[in-house]
Amino acid sequence: MRRIISMLLENEPGELSRVAGLFSARAYNIESLTVAVTEDPTMSRLTLVTKGDDAHIEQILKQINKLIAVVKVVDLSANPHIERELILIKVIAKGNSQRDEIKRLVDIFEAEIIGVTDSTYTVQMTGDADQTDSFISAIQIAEIVELARSGVTGISRGKKGLKG
Amino acid sequence: MELTGAEIVVQSLHDEGVEFVFGYPGGAALHIYDAIYNHEHINHILTRHEQGATHAADGYSRSTGKTGVVLVTSGPGATNAVTGIATAYMDSIPMVVITGQVPTALIGYDSFQEADVVGITRPCVKHNFLVKNVNNLAETIKKAFHVAETGRPGPVLVDVPKDITAQKAHYHYPDDVTIRSYQPKIKGNDRQIKKGLEMLQAAKRPIIYVGGGAVLANAAEELTHFVRDTGLPITQTLMGLGAYPAPDSQFIGMLGMHGTYEANMAMHEADLIFAIGARFDDRVTGDLNKFAPSAKVVQIDIDPASIGKNRKADVPIVGDVKVVLTQMIEAAKQLPDYDPKQTEDWWKTIKQWQSLDSLGFELDDKLIKPQQVVKDLYEVTGGDAFVTSDVGQHQMWAAQYYHFKEPRKWINSGGLGTMGFGLPAAMGVQFGNPDADVACITGDGSILMCIQELATCLQYGMPVKVLCLNNRYLGMVRQWQEFFYERRYSHTYMDSLPDFVKLTESFGHVGMRVENPADVKGALQEAFALKDRLVFMDIVTDQSENVFPMIPSGAGHAEMTMRPDKLNSPKGAA
Repeated sequence: MRRIISMLLENEPGELSRVAGLFSARAYNIESLTVAVTEDPTMSRLTLVTKGDDAHIEQILKQINKLIAVVKVVDLSANPHIERELILIKVIAKGNSQRDEIKRLVDIFEAEIIGVTDSTYTVQMTGDADQTDSFISAIQIAEIVELARSGVTGISRGKKGLKG
Repeated sequence: MELTGAEIVVQSLHDEGVEFVFGYPGGAALHIYDAIYNHEHINHILTRHEQGATHAADGYSRSTGKTGVVLVTSGPGATNAVTGIATAYMDSIPMVVITGQVPTALIGYDSFQEADVVGITRPCVKHNFLVKNVNNLAETIKKAFHVAETGRPGPVLVDVPKDITAQKAHYHYPDDVTIRSYQPKIKGNDRQIKKGLEMLQAAKRPIIYVGGGAVLANAAEELTHFVRDTGLPITQTLMGLGAYPAPDSQFIGMLGMHGTYEANMAMHEADLIFAIGARFDDRVTGDLNKFAPSAKVVQIDIDPASIGKNRKADVPIVGDVKVVLTQMIEAAKQLPDYDPKQTEDWWKTIKQWQSLDSLGFELDDKLIKPQQVVKDLYEVTGGDAFVTSDVGQHQMWAAQYYHFKEPRKWINSGGLGTMGFGLPAAMGVQFGNPDADVACITGDGSILMCIQELATCLQYGMPVKVLCLNNRYLGMVRQWQEFFYERRYSHTYMDSLPDFVKLTESFGHVGMRVENPADVKGALQEAFALKDRLVFMDIVTDQSENVFPMIPSGAGHAEMTMRPDKLNSPKGAA
């Protein structure tokens, strides 16, 4: 099962590699990973997507929790949550009809064209995994020049934060 | 008080109460070594290899319960130490390793003797630090000791660039530190404890299964009290030996790959496994799918990640073993007394298994049986010696036949299985216990991996007694080749061994060669009578001897291979 694991990490050089190293050392898989500093400059927030059954995820969470650099870790996907990923996608857009068709698709998915050349569009889109995946498959009416995904980040629904 | 970084390192170790620093100098550590030269109190032990330094610090720690301290230089100094660090990590031994590093400005430029030591050691330390500011140095060292010693212990490394050791800073060594992300849970949950006890009381075929966690937590007294109160059978892992006195009738032997028949059968048939500081590792469980098919599990461990990792725990209890057992003893008073009748049938079954005498072996009048050497050692030392071992057959025989009465007397690399551990570890034990008998049971393969430490033993007058069970084979590998590779003895015969007696003598120690079974005990008595000398006993043993019982890999506890004269004969061994 797909899981979104989010953690607060000491914002020090090398701490990210402890998390990444733990995954490789124990042969766990990482599908995506994002990390950036929080409002508290001493802490970074790291969010990763992995797959596994309950026992597997429990072990991953325990091992992450054991890292001295990890202040708090949570399986976001275990509770109501919001997830978002940003994708940037550059497609071939030549001639009026193709350019119109791409523009329609962009509107349907509430995406945005943020870069234009005479033969390409660069589209920005945000959404959860379902939305971004559907958009990527829909946009393939045009030839994809390149695709950049930010990786999934997320936040729990409700009043509480990861720190509390 | 303004001190240089180097002086801060040394003064911090002193203020931490460190008795011994095991180490080896080199370029990046020169300032620190100069500070040691000028320090009145710090006791530095010069080993002959950085691996030896880590194993010595490890042996010192295992035998005393104090944290082992290592000091080495950058690059090769640090990489040589990695095996010892990984050994300590796998067995959860508290250790602080200080490594010199090239100057900050040279880091990342492939400088002379540069290695990314923080990166290399990351997967085999509990935590590590690179010190980039001399003002943080003392606090970082304090943090290193704090992390190494608390919770599930382990090695912590502090990498100190050379320029930091030259810079000056105000020195203050903190009494205490807190790390916001690190608060190990010590006390067990009362409800879980009650639940665990109730399950124990309801069980018909319970077994207490104890691992190294009980030793590390100094919980032997509480454990013994708890086990005696219940009258239940207890088995211990290789790392747990000594936590409960082996000569006691409730102890049914070590379990696992080379455990006793009764211990493994009891695990197999149990309806409740009461695990105390043990982690169900593969050498204990054999094939997990066949392991203890009808047992519920109560598991006490300070490391939540060890609970339910390999085998699901029905009642997990996170906490320090000593504290949790104390809580249990107290909580048990609120419950009805344990009725010993309840397990009468269970004990009858266990006694039947015991009657097989799975550790029995036949003596030979020409060839020395390695098991006999261990038994004789037990007699000659009154069962009171510290015993270290290397890795292989001799390690298993030591575990099976030296019936450890107390914790911290049995010192071996159980998790990583590091050959070369025994001699430097014995040296570390002797430093921590100067008046005790310290025996290193080793083999002709293992001993050559850290033989250079004989020189350290001479320099510091460490009267370790080395018992080399010399069968001219890498015995354990040969045993597997005999059973599972149709006797294709690939690279396991040692056909140009040194003359160990002469070798030992050249190091300035006493060497003995023992070839006759009748001479073993006398030779041991003679060796242990030499209180102030290291004696190396080259004991020529039966080459064909194997370790039994054995759970072949992939098999379950009920599928043990016994000595050929016992129940069945090993597969592949005619």
